[in-house]
Amino acid sequence: MLLNDTALVYGRYLRQSLRSRFALLFGVLTPLLYLLFYGPLLTGLPLGGQGSSWQVLVPGLLLQLGLFGALFAGFTVIIENGQGVVERMRVTPVSRLALLLGRVLRDATVFVFQAVLLVLAALVMGLRAPLAGILIGFAFVALLTLSLASLSYALGMKVRTPQEFGPLINAVSMPSMLLSGLMLPMSLAPTWLDVLSHFVPFRYLVDAVRDAYAGQYATAHMLYGVLVAVGFAALAVTAGTRVFRTAGA
Amino acid sequence: MPAVISTAGLARTFRTKTGPVDAVRDLDLTVHEGEILGFLGPNGAGKTTTLRMLTTLLRPTGGAATVAGCDLATDPVGVRRASGYVAQSGGVDPQITVREELVTQGRMYRLPRPEAIARAAELARELDLTGLLDRRAGALSGGQRRRLDIAMALTHRPKVLFLDEPTTGLDPGSRADLWDLVRRLRDEHGTTVFLTTHYLDEADALADRLVVVDGGTVAAEGTPSALRLRYGGSLDATLQDTFLAITGRGPAPADSAPVAV
Repeated sequence: MLLNDTALVYGRYLRQSLRSRFALLFGVLTPLLYLLFYGPLLTGLPLGGQGSSWQVLVPGLLLQLGLFGALFAGFTVIIENGQGVVERMRVTPVSRLALLLGRVLRDATVFVFQAVLLVLAALVMGLRAPLAGILIGFAFVALLTLSLASLSYALGMKVRTPQEFGPLINAVSMPSMLLSGLMLPMSLAPTWLDVLSHFVPFRYLVDAVRDAYAGQYATAHMLYGVLVAVGFAALAVTAGTRVFRTAGA
Repeated sequence: MPAVISTAGLARTFRTKTGPVDAVRDLDLTVHEGEILGFLGPNGAGKTTTLRMLTTLLRPTGGAATVAGCDLATDPVGVRRASGYVAQSGGVDPQITVREELVTQGRMYRLPRPEAIARAAELARELDLTGLLDRRAGALSGGQRRRLDIAMALTHRPKVLFLDEPTTGLDPGSRADLWDLVRRLRDEHGTTVFLTTHYLDEADALADRLVVVDGGTVAAEGTPSALRLRYGGSLDATLQDTFLAITGRGPAPADSAPVAV
């Protein structure tokens, strides 16, 4: 039942994404610009990591893609609330969890697709990384977008207007990006900043993906990264489902 | 006639920054099977809140209700299976075709895919949407949109249909068509229809019985003629005057007889 319902909701929203091909490609534009015009600046710098600067930068851009993209997913639910689509679905017996899961799985699909495009571009720019590491990177993108999109939909159901939603998301996304060391590794930071960044969950994800891109899979970074990503996803999906179950209350 | 909806002391209080607001309080309501019930009341009287509670969208903060024998609190899925709901705003995505919306709706009511496709075609025939199946919902006229909204709500042949201001914004011809449709649903399928409206001529023409709510609770109920006689003073009183007398809004007409008790 849950599987059928989730597949149904997933299909509906995936078709929605496929209808707007432009938006599908547009999401990858910002990280692509960073890759083209910012990436080359790092090639000669000592970044403290293993391997080339591309192995440090690309994991950061992948998570940036997820962070900025998935956090805005809730905008669509605000629009759908206005159209009455959310309530129309909530009066049917369809599973509440499926209403959320179908949507966030669509988001994960879209962002992994964009991540593949980004990595292909990075390979042209000079990235060299083991295939297993690259695949692990995609898995982290999927988990991260699943989590952030869940929270974003929950927020979209709560605040109900784009005027409130936009500023709130911006207030979360910018500090998250800067404090998690997506652009440059936090190992370069002074101690206070390094310590502060450990309170931002994305820090653990980017460290893990950087290890994966360097071909190192059995590290403490990887362990913490997996634990934080899975724990965060469980928490976010639970919170999102609660909101979908009791929305309007 | 057995009751298909009954509520006892139904209540909903919203917590706001300026304190609690009792949108609905102590609402007792009985709707009989096969009845067309007109649910009237001024703006803010609690009509939509009541509808949202009876359709499981909003949890009551007090009281109890059953819809088609299913308890609102303990069996919301049973309530959802038995009822269809058309919100004021409708509920279709303007980018999606009529066919896709109807099929998706069937699948949400757990019809297997082939049956959902067949049911979509059947609904399109019944609601005169067959020629529009491949149009995007956003390209429909107001009247066509409304028929689609209602088709969506009828997907699972519900026992009870809730309509929230179904004819607002429709031209006179489309309104008349919609009235015919509502009557046909009741006559052919025995569907109970619970509808809110601000158009008193609509209530008069369509409803077997009226319930007037004001301040979140029932202010008066009865057939249109009984309410006229009791609150408007005579059978010739307009429903407009009757409504104003019940809700105490606006001056009572000078020539009306004293309110009978």
